[in-house]
Order: sequence, then C-alpha cells, then structure tokens
Amino acid sequence: MPQTTNEYLLILPFLVLSAGIIVSLCVELFFRKGKELLPYLSIALFLIVAYLSVGQIYEKNVLFGGMLITGGIPAIFNLLFAAAGVLVMLNSIGFLKKYGFYHGEFYLLTQLSVLGMMLMAGSGDLVTVFLGLELMSIPFYVLVGMNRKKVSANEAAMKYFLLGAFATGFIVYGIALIYGIMGNTSLIDLTENFYIYSENIIFITGFILILIGFSFKIAAFPFHMWVPDVYQGAATNVTGLMSTMGKSAAFSVIFILLTAVFMNDAGSKLGNYFAVIATLSMLYGSIVALSQNNLKRMLAYSSISHAGYMAIGLAAGNKAALAGIMFYLAAYTFMNLGAFGIISIIEGEEDKQTDLNSYAGLAKRFPFLAGMMALIMFALAGIPPMAGFFGKYYVFISAIQSNMTWLALVGILSSVISVYFYLRVVVYMYFKEPGEEISVKSDYSAYAAVIFAGILILSLGLFPDTFLSVIEYIISV
Amino acid sequence: MNSIPIEYYLILSAFMFSIGVTGVLIRRNAIVVFMSIELMLNSANLTLVAFSSYLGNPIGQVFVFFVMTVAAAEAAVGLAIIIAIFRNKLTVNIDEINIFKW
Repeated sequence: MPQTTNEYLLILPFLVLSAGIIVSLCVELFFRKGKELLPYLSIALFLIVAYLSVGQIYEKNVLFGGMLITGGIPAIFNLLFAAAGVLVMLNSIGFLKKYGFYHGEFYLLTQLSVLGMMLMAGSGDLVTVFLGLELMSIPFYVLVGMNRKKVSANEAAMKYFLLGAFATGFIVYGIALIYGIMGNTSLIDLTENFYIYSENIIFITGFILILIGFSFKIAAFPFHMWVPDVYQGAATNVTGLMSTMGKSAAFSVIFILLTAVFMNDAGSKLGNYFAVIATLSMLYGSIVALSQNNLKRMLAYSSISHAGYMAIGLAAGNKAALAGIMFYLAAYTFMNLGAFGIISIIEGEEDKQTDLNSYAGLAKRFPFLAGMMALIMFALAGIPPMAGFFGKYYVFISAIQSNMTWLALVGILSSVISVYFYLRVVVYMYFKEPGEEISVKSDYSAYAAVIFAGILILSLGLFPDTFLSVIEYIISV
Repeated sequence: MNSIPIEYYLILSAFMFSIGVTGVLIRRNAIVVFMSIELMLNSANLTLVAFSSYLGNPIGQVFVFFVMTVAAAEAAVGLAIIIAIFRNKLTVNIDEINIFKW
C-alpha cells in the first residue's frame, strides 16, 4: 500500500488536535498556572486545524478503507468548527473567571467535542458517525453540568443527558437495522445504492430512526423539548458552543446520509418527513419565542425555528439546497456566537441579567455593545444586507426549485413573525429608559470575539458569492 | 443442529427496544429512565450480533464493542450528573426537577 504514509498526512488536522488534547491534559495536570495557558493553546490548535483544512478544500480523499473522508465538504465544516472554536475560546477566557467555574477541563472538553464534530463531518462509515457523535455529545453533557453547585446547571445537564442518550439509542438501533440490510456499514455503499436499498421496509425504518435521532441533535420541533431548558441552564459560552457547532455537526451527518438525494436533485420520499418537521419547527419556534422575556430562552426558541428553516433545504433535497444550508449554517453559527457573546458579557452572577429588562437603555450605557447586538438581531431576523438574509434566501430558492413553494411561503411567514421578537430587543436597547443599574465587568477578549463575529456576519452578508461559489464548485466536482 | 431463525432475534430486540422507549417516556425516576436507555442500546446490540451471525461477517460484532465502550463512558458521565443533582435537590424524580418553565 503506497498510500499509507500519505493517509496519515491527510488526517493531520485530526492528529494535531488529538495531540493537542493530550498536551492540554498534561499542562492542566502538571502546571499550577496551566489553565491560564490553556485558552491560548486551544486557540492556536484551532487555528492550525483551520489552516490545514483550508489547504484540503479542493482535494477530496477517501481514507482508511472508506472510514474517513477528508477535503471537500468535510474540510469546510472543519474550517467552520475551528473558527467557531476560536470565538468560543476568546469568549470564555474572562467568562469562566467571572462566574466561578474556572476549571481547565473546560478547554479540554471543548477540544474533545470539536474532534468529535470533525469526525462526524468527515465520516465515511456508520461506525465513524457513531463514535464522532458520542465524542461530541459526552463532553457536551459534562460541559453543561460543569457548574455543579448550581441547581439550574444540574437540571439542564440531566435533561440534556437523558434526551441525548435517548437519541443515541434511536441512532444505534437504526444503524443496526441498516447494517442488517446492507451487510456492511459503509456510507459510500449506502450512497451508491440508496435508491435500491430504500425499497426495503427495514432499511427505511432504520434510516428514519437515525434521522429521528439527529432531529434531536438539530433541535427540530417534535424533538425539541430539551432545547429551551438546556440553553437557559447551561453557562452562556457553553450554550453558544452547543447551539451552533453541535447543530452544524448534526447537519453534516444528515448531509452525508442524504448525499444520494442531494446529488441526484431528485428529492425522495423522505422529503415529506422533513417538510413536516420544517413547518412545525419554524412556526412553533417563532410563535413561542414571542412570549419569552429571558434572552437566552428566546434565542433557544429562535434556534428551533432556524433548524426549521434549514430543514426546508433538507426537504427540497437538491444541490442548491445543500449549498444554501451550508451557507445558512455558517451565518447562523456566527450570529448566535455573537449574540451569546454579548449575553455573556452583560449577564451578572446567577444569570440575573439575562432578562430583557436588563437590556433597557443599553444604548446609553454601552453604545458599542448595543450596536453589535442590534446588528446581530437584524441579521437573525434576516434583514437584507446581513448574512441571515442570504441564508434564508438560498434555502427558500431551493425549495421553490423543488416545487415546494408552499414550504417557502411558510418560511417567509415565520420570518415575518420572528422579526417582532428580534426587534423587540433593539427597541428595549434604544427606546427604553434604563432601569436599575446593571454591573458589567469589562472583558476585552470577549469583546474581541463579538467583533470577530460581527465582521464575519457582515462579510458573509456583503460578499455571499465568494463563500457560495466555493461550496458550489465542490459540490459540482 | 438447526440454529434459531433470525426473525426470532429481530422480534425480541424490537420488543426490547419498545420496552426501553416506553420506559423512557413513562417512568419518572432518572435512574430508571437511564436503565431504559441502556435497554434500548442493548436491543440494538442484540440486533447487530444477530445480523452479524446471520450474514457471516464480523462488522456487526465489532460495532457492538464500540457501542458497549461508549455506553460505559456515557454511564459514567450520566451517573455523575444524577449524583450531582441528587446532592443539590435530594431527589432524582424528574417531575420534581423543574425550575425551568415557559
């Protein structure tokens, strides 16, 4: 096998991150000041991963007998995870010290979960999907409950754990059924013979069980019950981490499972499943978010409705949808990380300052933060020059191409509803008199994270073609 | 000697899986819910092993090892979380663990 050394060079992003995790563990263990160093080490690791992934974008390789795929769409996802990881780390440096759960393990677990996400995005086999999923989820359970003296964090962790493990049960049983029909667990075989296998009732049952499991992970409607509680109860930077990167990773697996559908522009019987999920998630998320006063909880419901918009693309099931969802995921990741970054700067001890009232008159006290928050809220609502608009636009276009105009109309209706609760935040910040004094500790690295997120949102919004043409080129190859 | 037909295994594991799902949905004790989840994972393992022996290839059995390893890791984290909540609230009943409401 002349390929062998080459294969190890190609998985260098994974190897670097794995080595970095071990080094971080040792640093945390043996140096008293180690945890001061860890965020910078993590940022360096994520930047190396990003650099290596950029180099791989245009060369797609199938490695280790079809277990792992590098380059192409996985490389773009790795880039997204690495960029989001850097933002989360910047956000966490000051945040962890502020609210009394300053443990070095936070950085270690974040790195582990990013490694899991990269495995998920690059998986070429159901074994890799399962291992990547668990490598991502188990650190998430710990991260949510890390502040173990706080009852709300405990409760969030327990709900997340029980429902996450429940979803895993569905996924494993689905994989078992698919394995029985295919005789192997290769996703390449699954893609090539998808339309032959999908005549088989047991195969389709297994496939739908897997999709149900991942619907939990993307927080779509009938499987959303954990989302608001977990997003509210977890520490704000952890919420940012799992609401954006966790969702992107789950979508990356759905892409791989549905590659056959996307590449043939054909749609499938599964289109109906996704159409139902999309409609319910969009409307439920938008309508319930109207009545929320807690900003974290409001963003949780908005996250459900965003999952709905992206599921429109899954229902459409064509190449344009694939590109559209990838764009949407990138935009959504940076919008949400920016929003949670600002919330983490403003919130005080015990999450007291996450209510809308704390944001009243923010423009007078912190004009910069208020301006960034307004920008992000406009972007989430989908006001044109921002990234969120183009995400929705591309997804809706793909639905119309697949003769699902009604679904796009539901999406537009839901966006109109959602403008109300996004702009309510802006109204509170700019047109309300300040209420009781809020205390905000300045935290420059978190400011940097918010600024980066803002720049990325604007640049994705102003130059959507640059990003989209890369994705479309990769898909067409 | 005739071996047991594959259908028997599949029906048994589907039955186990249903018991697990029902348990998660109707039981109120976090530990029992967790046990039901383990039952779901084990039903998947049974399916994998049955198919593996029926098809005569080892992929399914290898997968079962991965599932068992991951389930052990998950159990460690899950029980730690349940202990943490018991220390704070002195209960593991899901209905009483309800600070969040909309």
